[in-house]
Amino acid sequence: MSKRDDDGRPDPDALLARVRAEERHATRAKLRLWLGASPGVGKTYTMLENAQRLRREGVDVVIGVVETHGRAETAALLEGLEELPRRRVPYRGRTLTELDLDAALARAPQVLLLDELAHTNVPGSRHAKRWQDAMELLDAGVEVHGTLNVQHVESLNDVIAQITHVRVRETVPDALVERADEIELIDVPPEVVLERLREGKVYVPDQAARAAEGFFRPGNLLALRELALRLTAEHVDAEMRAWRHQQGIAATWPARERIMVCVGPSPASARVVRAARRMAAVLRAPWMAAYVEKGSQSHFLSDRDRTRLAAHLMLAESLGAEVVGLAGERPAEALLALARDRNVSRIVIGKPAHARWRDLIYGSLLNDLIRGSGDIDVHVIAGDGAARDEAAVDPGGGPPRRAADGAPYLWGLLPVALSTIIGALSRDYLDLADVAMAYLVGISVTATFLGRGPSLAASVASVAAFDFFFVPPYFTFTVSDLRYVFTFAVMLCAGVLISSLTNRVREQSRAGRERERRTAALYALTRALAGARDAEAIARVAAEQLDEVFESPAVLLVGAPHGVTCPAPSALELSEADRTVARWALEHHRPAGRGLDTLAGARVIAMPLLAEGRARGALTIVPRPETRFDDPGQRHLLDAFVAQIALALERAQLADEAQRAALRAETEEIRSSLLSSVSHDLRTPIGTILGTSTALLDPSATLDVGERDELVGVIRDESTRLARLVSNLLDMTRVEAGTLEVKKEWIPLEEVVGSALARMAEELREREVEVVVARDAMAPMDPVLLEQVLVNLLGNAAKHTPAGTPIEVRAGTDSDRAWLEVADRGPGIAPGLEARIFDKFFRGDARTSGAGLGLAICRGIVVAHGGAIHAANRAGGGVTFRLTLPVEGAPPVVPTEPAGA
Amino acid sequence: MSEVRTRVLVIEDEAPMRRFLRTTLNAHGYAPIEAASATEGLALATQHGPELVLLDLGLPDRDGLEVTGELRQWSEVPIIVLSARGLERDKVAALDAGADDYLTKPFGVNELLARIRVAMRHRGRAPLPAAAVWSVGPIEIDDARHEVRVRQEPVHLTPIEYRLLAFMARNAGRVLTHRQLLHEVWGPGATSQTHYLRVYMTHLRRKMERDPARPALILNEPGVGYRLCDEP
Repeated sequence: MSKRDDDGRPDPDALLARVRAEERHATRAKLRLWLGASPGVGKTYTMLENAQRLRREGVDVVIGVVETHGRAETAALLEGLEELPRRRVPYRGRTLTELDLDAALARAPQVLLLDELAHTNVPGSRHAKRWQDAMELLDAGVEVHGTLNVQHVESLNDVIAQITHVRVRETVPDALVERADEIELIDVPPEVVLERLREGKVYVPDQAARAAEGFFRPGNLLALRELALRLTAEHVDAEMRAWRHQQGIAATWPARERIMVCVGPSPASARVVRAARRMAAVLRAPWMAAYVEKGSQSHFLSDRDRTRLAAHLMLAESLGAEVVGLAGERPAEALLALARDRNVSRIVIGKPAHARWRDLIYGSLLNDLIRGSGDIDVHVIAGDGAARDEAAVDPGGGPPRRAADGAPYLWGLLPVALSTIIGALSRDYLDLADVAMAYLVGISVTATFLGRGPSLAASVASVAAFDFFFVPPYFTFTVSDLRYVFTFAVMLCAGVLISSLTNRVREQSRAGRERERRTAALYALTRALAGARDAEAIARVAAEQLDEVFESPAVLLVGAPHGVTCPAPSALELSEADRTVARWALEHHRPAGRGLDTLAGARVIAMPLLAEGRARGALTIVPRPETRFDDPGQRHLLDAFVAQIALALERAQLADEAQRAALRAETEEIRSSLLSSVSHDLRTPIGTILGTSTALLDPSATLDVGERDELVGVIRDESTRLARLVSNLLDMTRVEAGTLEVKKEWIPLEEVVGSALARMAEELREREVEVVVARDAMAPMDPVLLEQVLVNLLGNAAKHTPAGTPIEVRAGTDSDRAWLEVADRGPGIAPGLEARIFDKFFRGDARTSGAGLGLAICRGIVVAHGGAIHAANRAGGGVTFRLTLPVEGAPPVVPTEPAGA
Repeated sequence: MSEVRTRVLVIEDEAPMRRFLRTTLNAHGYAPIEAASATEGLALATQHGPELVLLDLGLPDRDGLEVTGELRQWSEVPIIVLSARGLERDKVAALDAGADDYLTKPFGVNELLARIRVAMRHRGRAPLPAAAVWSVGPIEIDDARHEVRVRQEPVHLTPIEYRLLAFMARNAGRVLTHRQLLHEVWGPGATSQTHYLRVYMTHLRRKMERDPARPALILNEPGVGYRLCDEP
């Protein structure tokens, strides 16, 4: 809504902000941002391209920090550009490089390039974050060109974490984005990003590789792209508005046609709305329908008028108009302010249908509009004569119909009485003019607290009291001096003027408060919806918010094969009739229910939740009181709520669909990787067994006993391998399917370690195994599954470490958890792979056999226990696998018995 | 090899498994009788009166558990159930229903023969040895004096530990389920107090095993129970 007063002067706060902005522009250098939706869109590349162009134009461009991540195309763009030597910082035994801020300030180039503004500097640098370096450079007059991903913007952090499930810790404040003089959005479709990711063109740090897997999904990328586009659009919009504010808003911006139709309760309005729609269609222009609520006018409208006004607004909305509600004492000014604010080029309004004399008394909206319209065209459309209704009230105003309530009038006499007493008490010291002043103060007080009617009455009473008590002859209404008649007239005029002015201010502030309340309600809804991820959460939020704002119970319904269903449990019981209303609204994309064109007799109102031309659901409300939504203001607010909820629901449904598609793709990928991995591991032993047994059965071959035994041994070994693989696959299937049933019992750690070692006795025969288990330590676990974990870990150690190297097994309990460790002295794990070795089908060394399932099974089992498993290289070589299990409660007590037999 | 060969009834639906069992049993002096289904197996059991039954738990027509129960109604013949890994619950159910031991598929010949030998030894529900002193592997038990020696060293046991060990020794080589052990030592009211058992087994191991972390005498059968090793 407009930030201007009704009298057309810019808001002083806005002016001040603009002056400050201009001052900054004069002294501070430019900040240019290349914004991307995700890594891999090509921000650095585009920024460098631009830098090369500037260099050719003779601009002094210097690279502060640019990461090419080894990409040849990007590296090629560095050629010819001066690069500042980086500051080398030793940190935890490694040397890291950072921007040399002092060198950059000393060099003071025209333009400095800074990649990844969200980057966190090594501890000990001057600023914690790179964007702070950028700010300092800007203050020093260096133009900064930087890159930024949208997920690093502070205010979007929460939203993005909710969408992607990846929380970004490196953020830049929104002020940085607002501070940017130019933002260039690098917009690339998600398919392209994924393609680049597959080709390895997107740089992902090792430790973030796992997070990245979850991050780079089409759904996430789409959402991020939308956010980036929105952020940029907001920036552009702000710039545009700033520019227009500088021009004083006197002239509209002739970017394109935009039509505004003025809607009132007159029956002719429907026709005017349709005319506006046609005009909009011809001009291919966006259009809006505006109505003005004149102060407390909603009280003045008859029920019939109110219903009709609502119907007209609904009509306009269904024809594609944006509906805007305004409040103001002077409708023409309010409409024109809106029109200027929104760049309206044509205003459409109906011909007045009332008698001419009313214009003289109440003023003519049409005349005011035309007079103040300036360069905006005003189209006056003839209404539908047959439907002309004398009772119609145009939005410009109408006579009050409300029956006067006596109480405020009596209260209004109180200040009059007080003024009289003050005047009487001080009559010896005061002049008559001063007493008149006291009465005027009384009138102001009445106007401020009680409104127009009582203050007018107070004006008349004041004049009467003044005459009766203070004008000679006293205690009569007779006036001796004709001069006093003039005093009375002035006093009455002043009283009336004060009361009407005060009243206007009162009404404006009331309307302002009302508007504020609506905006706050809408804002609260938007916020609550932003956190709702699925239809169920949205349904809950919608019900809560509607109940809070409209004090009416509501329930969100979505389409189901045989009617409608509610995605969240609801306190509101819907009858079959209520559901019919909802279904109708859902199927016909139009609101239905109480007081509307369709199913007007129903108890509920059902609003279709339309987005992208599809009804995503229907919001069903039981209005309380029943007439609540006959009020255009409430109806308009409800429409805004419905639009927001529809958008949220669409988002949730799209996300759901995208997730399902992603899941399908993922399953497909796992299946094919499983097939390729397993088919090899299955075929090899089967081939060997088949070949060997054929050799044994071959009658022509002459095999001695030793040779026969050797071949039979091969068959046995290969069968063992096959059996282990199949058993691993079965275990993995159970872990994956989530059907793993963990039957926890309190088990002595000694026992589970002992039984695993006993099972692995054959494989560990040649090894020195050191076992250290805390005495009497017990923990709740599934003994069969945990033994399997230990067997897999021991098997893993036996397989991946040289024969004869020792293995250590340790176990114990802390206060709230138990831990088990298997440590070896083998070659260790390549850095960065500590987490990946628990992934399915991951093989640390491609030469070793096995499907890469053992450790994945371990992790599955431990996680099913609520525990965790990690691997870490040991000092002095080798790996320690450590798993921890939660221990809740104390081990059960075993009754003691006297010692001795 | 004796003239009268021990009759072993094999109830197993998989033909290759039957072939393997038939060959092995024949080669080691047993007389196998083959049945491919539960119904056939029960019929052959009444007909031939086998001295041992090898029963697959995954039969197509009837539950192996039912077959065990039905056989137990009229026969004390030792039953060894065959089952896959991961089906511990089925094994425990079969053992508690009266089966004598189990073998997890896949198994080797040595394992099979060892189980058969143990089962034959305990045939007829393991009558108490007449002698007051008997030994299992390196363990010597003097039942009259309640004294235990392991590798000639005297070991002091509490009454419960003694009862536990004595029960296992009488069933040496056989698997005993948690329920069977608890029932025997603590009584019918304690059959679900598995942790009693685990704690006492830990104590017994500390007193008897050379390396309690790598037990060689009291073997753990995860999810099923314990077995006292009867091989030296």
